[in-house]
Amino acid sequence: MKLTKEQVLHVARLASLSLTDDEEEHFAGELSGILDYVETLNRLELPPPGIHVLEQSEEPTLLDPDTPRPSIRPEEALSNAPDHSGAFFRVPRILEEGR
Amino acid sequence: MSTEYEMVVGLEVHSQLLTRTKLFCRCENRFGAPPNSLTCPVCLGHPGVLPVLNEEAVRLGIRLGLALECSIHHRSVFDRKHYFYPDLPKGYQISQFTYPLLTGGLLTVRSGEGTREVRIHRIHMEEDAGKNMHAGIRDASHVDLNRSGVPLLEIVSEPDIRTPEEAVDYLKKLRQILRSIGVSDGNMEEGSFRCDANVSLRPRGGSVFGTKVEIKNMNSFRFVHKALLFECDRQAQILDRGERVVSETRLFDSSTGRTLPMRSKEEALDYRYFPEPDLPPILLDPAWIEEERARLPELPQERVSRLSREFGIREEDAEALVLEEDLSRYFEEASEAIQEFAGKGGWPVEQGTLRLVNFLLSEVLREWNRKGAGILVGPLSAREVSHLVSMVVEEQISLNQAKDVYAVCVESLKSPREVVAEKNLFQESGDEALGGWIAEVMAENPGEVQSYREGKERVFGFLVGQVMKKSAGKANPQKVNRMLKEALSR
Repeated sequence: MKLTKEQVLHVARLASLSLTDDEEEHFAGELSGILDYVETLNRLELPPPGIHVLEQSEEPTLLDPDTPRPSIRPEEALSNAPDHSGAFFRVPRILEEGR
Repeated sequence: MSTEYEMVVGLEVHSQLLTRTKLFCRCENRFGAPPNSLTCPVCLGHPGVLPVLNEEAVRLGIRLGLALECSIHHRSVFDRKHYFYPDLPKGYQISQFTYPLLTGGLLTVRSGEGTREVRIHRIHMEEDAGKNMHAGIRDASHVDLNRSGVPLLEIVSEPDIRTPEEAVDYLKKLRQILRSIGVSDGNMEEGSFRCDANVSLRPRGGSVFGTKVEIKNMNSFRFVHKALLFECDRQAQILDRGERVVSETRLFDSSTGRTLPMRSKEEALDYRYFPEPDLPPILLDPAWIEEERARLPELPQERVSRLSREFGIREEDAEALVLEEDLSRYFEEASEAIQEFAGKGGWPVEQGTLRLVNFLLSEVLREWNRKGAGILVGPLSAREVSHLVSMVVEEQISLNQAKDVYAVCVESLKSPREVVAEKNLFQESGDEALGGWIAEVMAENPGEVQSYREGKERVFGFLVGQVMKKSAGKANPQKVNRMLKEALSR
């Protein structure tokens, strides 16, 4: 299955990546190769989707009791962020409201 | 709205859950903490962390399912929903897509004089995002991740709603249920109850749906009503011009009462859902569901029926009381006191209950809206207020006096008995006292008495006024009327 440059661009936009022209070409080929490889699965008789990677048993799921544990300090939370302002993460201005 | 169109509305509600901790980590779920003080590597979306599902969040989901008569699925699955936004540090939200916890269900709402059954399409669990702030910041936005990972239930209705009033009633009833079963505090200002609407129009009586528009940012019942009315008008005008409604997301602007298109990405969002590989499917023990069923408290609709049956009040009144749980509990307590006062005073209970309901739904409700639950306790406890009401029934004071007394009580936090005594308000209904005043007034105004007897009935009001004046306003006016008429006709 051959991916078009438009499809590569669409995926890039969804992933928030900017690609050079060379990269577009390159990934169109590379991603097509990966898809072809996965296509092999289509030759197999497989059960309908719905099986989960972690489907293990019939036992009810173990759940965590709702008991608070200490959070980390705000300084720690912010320490890996590229930018912050006071106790807030600072990000490029968001123009649109909502999603 | 033009009558040739019918409005079709479906609502999506996001409700934060009353758990102590977040959905997938044990950071506290609490509103109003200092920014970024309730976070950890899980809810900050750091690499390599694993989500651990909160038991209480699942329990609350089951409870809502029971209350709305949904199918509660013994197996449900979390999925990743991908999008990029600064309040979503992982780059995906853990939600449920293909196999939600709950499907189906029903909520009955008021529709004109009757009712309408609004079907629930599905209810799924998901995590909330953080909070972005823009106001007063130049060239940047700020992000607080305290809310990141807070458990939500997203409640999606079928497009069964037909008017703004039905939409508002649906939301009120849903919020009331969430609160009564302890699933959410339903606080709209703090964002624990948020609502989006899908709105379309179609020719009245048609069966095909029109193009729908999604409306966001309606953070009060009043705004929902306004936004739907506006949107309906807007779409009707487009259709009247023979044009097509564009499928889009619009924001409600409360300052203008209009909806405006959201500046949005040109390409359609592609969330690339896939099953969350870090969480196994939720398998529920059916015994747990039965346990929760047995523990479910009385639901609002059940309480409406019970109140109107037990106390013989109208369904509308019961419904109005039950809308606010505090008030309906207050009513029940007050009714019991009324029964006691009726027994002592030898008057029919129903008379007191009727007066009580009216008093609660006017005076008390108004003050409660203004001042909060503080006015339902202490000197204004249910028992004290029923005492005030029984004074009206026993004609010791007039209804208007009772209203004034109540207003003074609310301001001064004194009990009605105290205020009635202080103001020396007790209405005089004794034959002797009233008869005395009436005799005096007739003796002092022979001219007027003469005129009345000659058929000039208009002087009657003047004479009543004179009696009231003599009594310093305390005479029971109905009784004065009656006795004065008798005296004048002798």
